[in-house]
Amino acid sequence: MEQKEFHARNGQSWELNQIPILEESSFRQKILEGCHHNLRLVNLYAQQDENRNIKVFAILGNDQEGRLTVFAMQIPHDQALFQSLTSELPQAHMFEREMAEQFAIAPIGHPWLKPVRYHQNYRNVSDLWPEVSSKSIPGVYPFYRVNGEEVHEVAVGPVHAGIIEPGHFRFQCHGEEILNLEIQLGYQHRGIEKVMENVSVERAVLLAESIAGDSVIGHATAYCNIIESLSDCEISPRAEAIRSIALELERLSNHIGDLGALSTDIGFLPPSAYFGRLRGEFLNLLMELSGNRYGRSLCRPGGVLFDLDEGMIKNFRERLLIAQRDLKEISDLFFSKSSVLSRLEGTGIVSKKTAKELGLVGPVARASGLGLDVRSDYAFGMYRFNYIPVSTVHSGDVYARALIRWLESQRSIEFLLDVLNQIPEGDLQTKVSVLKPNHMALSMIEGWRGEIVHVAMTDSNSRVVRYKIKDPSFSNWMGLSMAVRGVQISDFPLCNKSFNLSYAGHDL
Amino acid sequence: MGFQILLHIGIVIILSPLLLGIIGKTKAFFAGRWGAPLLQPYYDIGKLLRKGNVYSTTTTWIFQAAPIVSLAAVLVSSILIPMGGLKAPFSFWGDIILFAGLYALARFFIIIAALDTGSSFEGMGASREAAFSCLAEIVLFLDFIILALLSKKLILSEMIMRNILSWELFGPVLLLVVASYFLVLLTENARIPIDDPATHLELTMIHEVMVLDHSGWDLAYILYGAAIKLFVLGALLVNILIPFHGLPAIVQFMVFWGGMIILAIGLGIVESCMARLRLNRVPQLLTGAFVLALVGLLIILVKGV
Repeated sequence: MEQKEFHARNGQSWELNQIPILEESSFRQKILEGCHHNLRLVNLYAQQDENRNIKVFAILGNDQEGRLTVFAMQIPHDQALFQSLTSELPQAHMFEREMAEQFAIAPIGHPWLKPVRYHQNYRNVSDLWPEVSSKSIPGVYPFYRVNGEEVHEVAVGPVHAGIIEPGHFRFQCHGEEILNLEIQLGYQHRGIEKVMENVSVERAVLLAESIAGDSVIGHATAYCNIIESLSDCEISPRAEAIRSIALELERLSNHIGDLGALSTDIGFLPPSAYFGRLRGEFLNLLMELSGNRYGRSLCRPGGVLFDLDEGMIKNFRERLLIAQRDLKEISDLFFSKSSVLSRLEGTGIVSKKTAKELGLVGPVARASGLGLDVRSDYAFGMYRFNYIPVSTVHSGDVYARALIRWLESQRSIEFLLDVLNQIPEGDLQTKVSVLKPNHMALSMIEGWRGEIVHVAMTDSNSRVVRYKIKDPSFSNWMGLSMAVRGVQISDFPLCNKSFNLSYAGHDL
Repeated sequence: MGFQILLHIGIVIILSPLLLGIIGKTKAFFAGRWGAPLLQPYYDIGKLLRKGNVYSTTTTWIFQAAPIVSLAAVLVSSILIPMGGLKAPFSFWGDIILFAGLYALARFFIIIAALDTGSSFEGMGASREAAFSCLAEIVLFLDFIILALLSKKLILSEMIMRNILSWELFGPVLLLVVASYFLVLLTENARIPIDDPATHLELTMIHEVMVLDHSGWDLAYILYGAAIKLFVLGALLVNILIPFHGLPAIVQFMVFWGGMIILAIGLGIVESCMARLRLNRVPQLLTGAFVLALVGLLIILVKGV
C-alpha cells in the first residue's frame, strides 16, 4: 500500500490534517525501518484529541538532508495500549515511558516500564502505577538490584553535598566497580508542558526560560521560533544575529564552566580557578547584552528586546579576542598535564554504537563520534548564513567529552567574532499576530547540551492544545547510566560532570 | 619532664593548624586567588568547638569515642619526636613501634566509627582507608628499619639525631627513605595526589568520607587530629631530611621551623601542579614507595653499615 509521506523542515509549521495517520502496524514498521536506515527518532509523543482518543506522533529526523518526517497513529481511549518499540529500538525507551505516564497508555512488551516524573496522567483515568503516583516519591520505587557476595548497593541523593539539583542515583557495586546505575529523577517536575497550554504568550516565554536554568537562550529561542512560525512572523536578520550571539555566549559560558568543574573534580585547582574566571567573562558579556547573566528577558516572540550598538560591538570583539587567547593558554595547560590525561582517558566510555542506539544528542554524541549538530544538520536562524563546523571526537570517554567542549568553544568564539564583524541591520521586534488554527509547528535548537525540540499544536480556536518539550538531558541520562558500567565508583562524579545533564530539563 | 611534655604538646597544639593554613595559601596563590586567611583552620576548629553534636540513632559509643581517641593518640605521638632544639621529652627503647601503633590506633577507631554509622559511603571510605594504610604502614616500617640499621638505635628520637653522620656515608639510602616516607606522608594525611581534602564528592573521598557523620566538637577533634598528624609526620620528615642535630640550639630552632614552613609550601606546590590519581592507581604508587624503601634496605644489607 502506497502511503503518503509528510516532510517538514526545522522551524516550519503545517496544517494538522497534512500529517498521515497510519495503522499501528505500519506506524511501527515505518519507525523501525526508518531508524534502521539512517533516520533518528527526534520525538515521539502523545496527545488527546477532542474525542478523547489518543494520537501518537512520531518525528523522524534525516540528519544528512535536514528533513523531518512526521506521522501519527491513533489509539482508542477505551483500549489504551500499544506495542512497545523499545526492545527493538532502544531510543524509544524514554519516550514510551513518558507517554505511558502522561496518558496512561500501556506500551506492551516494554522491558523497563517505570514512571518518569511521578505525576498523575492527563486523562483523569487510573494510572499505570497507582501506588507510585498517589504517594510521595521516595521509597515506593522498585529499583533494579544485583544480589551476590561482595555486591553492595550505594544510594546517593536526592540531596547532594554540592550545589546541584535533586536526583537519586542507585549503584549496584562489586567492590569499587559499578555493575549497574539506576538514575531516578522527577523531583523537579513542575508540569511545564501542561502549563504552557494554558497561559498567554507573555507568560509562556517566561516559563520557557525556566525549563532549564542554564539553557535560557536555547529554550526561549525554541519557544519564540514556534510562536513566530505559527503566526507567520518573519523576524529581522538583526534579531536572528543577536539570538545566535546569545546562544553561543551561553554555550561558551557553560562549556568553559564544565571544563573548570572537571578540573575541580580531579583536584587540579589552578585551571579550575582560571576556567571559572573565564566563564564569568562570557556571563558578563551576556549580561551586558541582555541585563541578565543567564540571558533572561532577551528573546521574545517577534525578536529580541536588546540591541548592540557600535561601541558595544567593538568592546565585545576586543574582549572575545582576549578570552580566546586566555582560553587557549588554560586549555593547553589542562589538556597537556599527564596527571589530568590519566584521569580522563579511558574513563566512562560510550561507544559510537551505544550512542546511536540510545539516541544520544549534543556534545555527548559528538564525543562518541556521531556528527549530530542541529546548527548544521537543521540550520536555523543565523546558522543558515554563518556555518559552524561540527566538531567530533571518537574515543567516547571523559577526555573526549572534555575535548569536545574545548573544540566547540573555539568554534563558537570564531563564530561570534565573525557575526560581530558584520551584524545585519533590521528592526529588533516584529509584530506577532494571532496563531494559525489547526496547525503544528516544530523548532529544533542546538542548545549547549544538545538538541532542544519544541513542538506545538493549535486547535480550531488558535489555542495551543499540546506543547511538547524535549530537553537534550531527556535523551542523554541513559547514556550516563551506560557510561559508568564497569567504571570505578570513585570515577562516577567525573563521568557525571562530563555529561553535566539538567535535572530540571528532564523533569519539566 | 612533665614541663617538657607540656611544652611539647603545647607547641604542637598551637602551631599545627598553621601548616594547613600555609598549604591553603600556597594553593590559592597558584590558582591566582587570595584564598582563605592564614588562620582559617583555627577559625574552623573554633567554630566547630562552639557547636553542639548531632548523633545518629544507629550509632553507639564507638562513634562518640573515636574522635577523642584519635586526637589523643596523635598528641601522644608528638612527644616522641624532637622539634628543633627541643629534645623529645619521652622516649624508650623500641618506641618506634609505639609511634606506628598510635597511628594504627587512631585509624582503627576512625574506621570502626565509620562502620558504626552503617552508611554505605562511610563503609566505602573505611575499606579504602584500611586498604591503603596497610600498604603505607609497611613502607613506614621499612623506613624505620633502615634508620635503625644506620644509627644502631631503636629509639625514634635518637635514630633521627644520628643522621648527621649518616648523610655523609649513606646519602643515597637516606634519599630513598625520604622519598618513600614523603609518599607515606601524603597518603596518611589524605593529600593530593592520593586524596583530595577539599572535595565535596563523597564517592571519590577516602579520609573525608569516613567523618561525614561527625559534627560539632567531635568534628573539631578530628580536624585537629588531622592537623597534628600532618605536623608530627612532617616534623619527622624535616628531622630525617635535614642533618641539623648537634648544631647550636638557635640554629637547630631556625632550621627546623624554616624546614616546616618550606615543607608546607612544598605540599601546596605538589597539590597545585598535579591532578589526583585515579583511586585504583594509589596502591601502585604505594607499591612504588615500598620498592624505594626496599632498595634502600638492600643497599644497607649488602654494603653493611
